[in-house]
Amino acid sequence: MGTPAFDEIMGPPEREGARGELVDLCHWLQATPAEELRRRQEAAETTFRQLGITFAVYGDSDASERIIPFDIVPRIFLAREWARLSEGLIQRVEAINAFLHDIYGERRILKEAVLPEDLILGNAQFRPEIAGIRPPHDVWAHICGIDLVRTGPDDFFVLEDNARTPSGVSYMLENREAMVRLCPELFSQFRVAAVDSYPDMLLETMRSVSPRGCGQNPTCVVLTPGHYNSAYYEHSFLADSMGVELVEAADLVVDDDVVYMRTIAGRVKVDVIYRRVDDDFLDPLVFRPDSMLGVPGLIAAYAAGNVAIINAPGNGIADDKAIYSYMPEIVRFYSGGEAKLPNVETWRCREPQALKYVLDHLDELVVKLVDGSGGYGMLVGPTASAAEIERFRAALVAEPHRYIAQPTLALSTVPTLADAGLAPRHVDFRPFVLTGSKGVKVVPGGLTRVALKEGSLVVNSSQGGGTKDSFVLMDDAKAMTQTMGGMTQSIGPDGMVQTLGGADLTREVR
Amino acid sequence: MRLSIDHRTTYRFSEPQARVVQLLRMTPRNTHDQIVADWHIALDCDARITEGQDGFGNATTMLYIDGPVERIDLSVTGEVVTSHSDGVLHGTLEPLPARLFLRDTPMTRADAAITEFARDVLGEEPGTVAALHRLNRAVGERFTPARGRPEAGLAVADAFARETATARDLAHVFIAAARACGVPARYVSGYCDRHDGDRPAPHGWADAWIDGLGWVGFDPMLRLSPEEHHVRVAVGFDSVGASPVAGTRMGEGDECLDVAVNVTREG
Repeated sequence: MGTPAFDEIMGPPEREGARGELVDLCHWLQATPAEELRRRQEAAETTFRQLGITFAVYGDSDASERIIPFDIVPRIFLAREWARLSEGLIQRVEAINAFLHDIYGERRILKEAVLPEDLILGNAQFRPEIAGIRPPHDVWAHICGIDLVRTGPDDFFVLEDNARTPSGVSYMLENREAMVRLCPELFSQFRVAAVDSYPDMLLETMRSVSPRGCGQNPTCVVLTPGHYNSAYYEHSFLADSMGVELVEAADLVVDDDVVYMRTIAGRVKVDVIYRRVDDDFLDPLVFRPDSMLGVPGLIAAYAAGNVAIINAPGNGIADDKAIYSYMPEIVRFYSGGEAKLPNVETWRCREPQALKYVLDHLDELVVKLVDGSGGYGMLVGPTASAAEIERFRAALVAEPHRYIAQPTLALSTVPTLADAGLAPRHVDFRPFVLTGSKGVKVVPGGLTRVALKEGSLVVNSSQGGGTKDSFVLMDDAKAMTQTMGGMTQSIGPDGMVQTLGGADLTREVR
Repeated sequence: MRLSIDHRTTYRFSEPQARVVQLLRMTPRNTHDQIVADWHIALDCDARITEGQDGFGNATTMLYIDGPVERIDLSVTGEVVTSHSDGVLHGTLEPLPARLFLRDTPMTRADAAITEFARDVLGEEPGTVAALHRLNRAVGERFTPARGRPEAGLAVADAFARETATARDLAHVFIAAARACGVPARYVSGYCDRHDGDRPAPHGWADAWIDGLGWVGFDPMLRLSPEEHHVRVAVGFDSVGASPVAGTRMGEGDECLDVAVNVTREG
């Protein structure tokens, strides 16, 4: 679109040379021939193809049989940037949990008229079937993927919350593994927080929310819709790396409000289910009576407090598009402070003043249907024709409540290996946030998606998007204080530091 | 009034089933106007039975039955003492806000014909006692009461186009019409000792929300508000959500369902 954008390595548009802390990466890019980068990138993609990592991230169903292109140039977060971002993520996820707890319980936020009642009650994502049920340890959104865009060093905006079954974490892990193998020199130059402990963190999260009374060794499983699902690789990968069973609905049976898994040795009681199936297909007795999928009795077991379901049923009300624009109010209501991590500015056209502003600035804004998806019913003002703008003007006037509008943001870029060599490409980011009974943790990494076409802001894999590894740099001072005691791996506040080959960071820091 | 209820449900399977799991909404709760004096759910086979409550406040019973099972006889018997109430509900368990019940479902989605009918009947002030009684009568008068069991899955728009209607379909028409005019409404399943059918079945009617008054029952089949002749058991967005039994089975073959309901007045 030609808007000058902040480049995460090279800095703001007017700047010459790389950002101070990232000069080394710039040197690496200059020192490594494009052909060599391309060779490594192809090697990574070959591995992904062999592993069968085919995904439909963000519900791109047509991406199911393809691998998503991988870009060899990592995107890097500085320690202080990450620390600030993490605070915002934690606040947001805590608010999401508090919101779900409230909305399926007391509904204080409606009684105090912070949200319009109809917004919740009329929304199909609000599931009255599970109202009144309290999940074990009152944790609802155990695994959140918060989609962000960036416009400056500390300017992050939430594009979308994912509090149901966010996918893509196996990309984070596989991308890192590829980078460690193919570009080991980067890990000796940069102190990169490890992400490979994610399966352990996830398992710890699952165990921490097991129902009381199931002992020291709760049985955890991953529930998948099956191998036809486009994210099946991720399901089996996560179950495998956590060392827990991967089950389908038919493997589970509920008896006397207790969930069991059928095994060769007989029934084994199940305490925690990380489900990667939608609410609709959890329990045919409660949701979707026409569906014969699911586990009959699962919700009864859940209501009786005998099993933890991760994430909790009913979470869709927290990440619904119609709710999104109210997230700043929701965060304020439950945290008592302003949201540290802002939304993309959103005009709710149902509000007369907002509608007036939108109608006056149609050529600058993106206008979206609240209940639309897949880019239907969307106006991108700056690139739209006069006729399209007039068509939307009429639609907005007729049904303002169905639309929201947002500014077109100058998304940050990261150097990316294009056909003609390195070139800036726009990126977004999905960090993963885990919530267990002992609090909220941000995984130091995430899924970076990159729009591979020049100028494109569309990072969807179905429309020419790829992925990158996301480095989170460690704060040296903090890491040092925690690497005493002769450990060969240092443990920082955000996880373990990967040490590789001759680059023994522990020694270096001492 | 003391009503004695005997509700028998028989499932017969053409092939033995490995397992049957059912969720029952078959237990009435005490309200100001109905006291459950005695209530039993009995099964003729081995089963684990647990009691619970769903999001709508309905009492639920889970049945876990191991196979091989070819037949299930479920018998629900009890006595309920009811009192005169003018149809206004008092003392019901209401965990959810009334405005939730503006939501439609595939079975209760009003089409243009129902919406037009609703506007005609309900007029300028749809959420009033007078308007809703008008609707109740108009729905009841529009159809010839149908005998027999309701057709599974019949959507309200299709039911509205017919000349005969079961109690369930009448309630669905009432609900769809009320919601079309912005009045929260829900389905009630229960029992009634005044049935026209020669083959008694569980009864169904509607509740509508009236600001300042609360939930009020409307029985379009009888063209009256439910009275001491009615025993409320469960509520939902529609008859599926409030249905006495939701069940799943593991096994081949067909099932055949037989229901017999007997409601008698004791003294």
